[in-house]
Amino acid sequence: MTRYAAMFARCAASNQAAFGAFLMLGDPNPVACADYLDALVAGGADMIELGIPFSDPVADGPVIQSAAARALAAGVRTADALALVADFRSRHANVPIGILTYANIVAARGIDAFCQELAAAGADSLLVADVPTLEAAPYSRAAKAAGIDLVMIAAPNTPQATLARIASLSGGYTYCVARVGVTGHGEAPRFDHRPLLDGLAAVGAPPPILGFGIGSAEQVTAALAEGVAGVISGSAIVERIARGEGPDEVAAFVADLKAGTRQPELRGVATSG
Amino acid sequence: MKLDGRFGRFGGAYVPEILVPALEQLESAFLDAQTDEAFQAELATLLSTYAGRPTPLTRCRNLGGGATRIYLKREDLLHGGAHKTNQVLAQALLARRMGKTRLIAETGAGQHGVATALAGALFGLKTVVYMGADDVARQQLNVFRMELMGATVVPVTAGGRTLKDAVNEALRDWTASFENTHYLLGTVAGPHPFPLMVREFQRVIGKEAREQILALEGRLPDMVIACVGGGSNAIGIFSDFVDDPDVALIGIEAAGKGLDGSEHGATLLRGRTGILHGAETLLLQDSDGQVADTWSVSAGLDYPAVGPEHAHLQDIGRATYAGITDEDALDAFVALARAEGIVAAFESCHALAHALKLAESGNDQILLVNLSGRGDKDMAQAQRLLAAHSLRAAA
Repeated sequence: MTRYAAMFARCAASNQAAFGAFLMLGDPNPVACADYLDALVAGGADMIELGIPFSDPVADGPVIQSAAARALAAGVRTADALALVADFRSRHANVPIGILTYANIVAARGIDAFCQELAAAGADSLLVADVPTLEAAPYSRAAKAAGIDLVMIAAPNTPQATLARIASLSGGYTYCVARVGVTGHGEAPRFDHRPLLDGLAAVGAPPPILGFGIGSAEQVTAALAEGVAGVISGSAIVERIARGEGPDEVAAFVADLKAGTRQPELRGVATSG
Repeated sequence: MKLDGRFGRFGGAYVPEILVPALEQLESAFLDAQTDEAFQAELATLLSTYAGRPTPLTRCRNLGGGATRIYLKREDLLHGGAHKTNQVLAQALLARRMGKTRLIAETGAGQHGVATALAGALFGLKTVVYMGADDVARQQLNVFRMELMGATVVPVTAGGRTLKDAVNEALRDWTASFENTHYLLGTVAGPHPFPLMVREFQRVIGKEAREQILALEGRLPDMVIACVGGGSNAIGIFSDFVDDPDVALIGIEAAGKGLDGSEHGATLLRGRTGILHGAETLLLQDSDGQVADTWSVSAGLDYPAVGPEHAHLQDIGRATYAGITDEDALDAFVALARAEGIVAAFESCHALAHALKLAESGNDQILLVNLSGRGDKDMAQAQRLLAAHSLRAAA
């Protein structure tokens, strides 16, 4: 059983949905980042999403752009980011780790070599923000060969034929975007995902996790009412690091968000996919 | 997508999944329009009665030595001041056809922004132009022209504050706005269908130039020379000569302060394969894939990627590429003004500078240079640079 499948099973057994927390690797510097990574787990995150910084993150809003810029300014290279992942894995054997980055970071090492390096560092999945299903076949093959999952993004405007492609190319979970636009929590998520979730279920896609714009326990609860298997929060957490909050404060914030996945009315909603 | 959007091993459509339907809609509208007589007739009328096509082919009277004849394709005389207007009018018609009410664009030197602003005014489309904050500072005149025509210019302060960063911001806008907004990308870069579509809309440059040179000289040119930033004016003039094996196609990149350093924009000469702004292409980057900051005296050539078709033409040996430094481009700028009474854009002066070097031999040859834009936008910068120039010369 993969770490994702085990995690979804654990959540389902305790009538909770999954909570994913995102950080940029190396933000604000590698040493401090390692403490923040532990804080995500301490706060109760079920799965961890980690960005490898890229100079031109076109799918990201200002908060995550700034996090990447801080990490790069601190001299963080891809090798440093992977070392942080390996280090985290040595302390947390069971937490699923997803890597989020951009195609050029993967291309620089070669798709196959990059996936092998992720697997060796202990990561469970790879999501490449600017690789849509049209271009995803070589990434899917390389991920499978390395024993990790390629995670794909699905949006409310993604046609059913593409959802079927997502089902065949991807694994782990399906990253459903909660609204149009780039990452960030300034603008409220839209909650009208029923057709998308039905479409994903119809083709047997990996469990849907909703991201983009989730920054409060209320939004977590609202998102889960849509019927997703979990949520991911990124910018709202990263912003706290940017403001200078320490690991304890970040852990407390994650705990607040995680609490939104334990609402009594959610019993039975979480699925093991 | 109906087509694969590849040029050999380059191209493709590397965008967030949410933008794929918008690209599919655009591809479909473009392919339909290519065979729609009403669309083609409206575009032809706009190009002739609004933009001023055909543009002349001018034989230099004084530049070019011995038996070398230099011809200039005068895109500098096109309405808007550069070749950009050709394809902007076509894309604006497509935007209207798709029912979009808003245009967004990136701009470097400001020429594409100006062209988009004029199309926005003409068709009543709300227009937002993203421009690197440093480019806003060095191209004030074009910023004012855009605003005068009703466009909103948004300075981009992220990254290197130039063209690359403006493209990033335009893409971010589009991922939120695609339902009512057309991203009017300004060059043959970006995801499919932009490289193909912009080439087809710029093909008119080479089509006219081919007919004009045959009428004037009774034969084809030996070389066609054009500057390459993203590469749209070069692709535009190359395309109708690609099947003429005896015509050499030469693209000129910004060698900036020298190809040996990092302050240049010579992607085809110094780049490695990578993925940026939706396309697999050559890219100036470090070994991790972080995109490099670039430099050129001309904001329009200051771009770390290049249209994927240029990467392919270089790959298969059909086109060759060379670099021209800031210094040589500036010399050509002055030479053209003094010898021919033409003030060209810094970008275009890179192509001319290469032609002037080739002309030194005095060989019996015909050099066709795409004079892609006029130099009005560069006046303030030229004044400053030439003052420093003459100080150095006097010392």
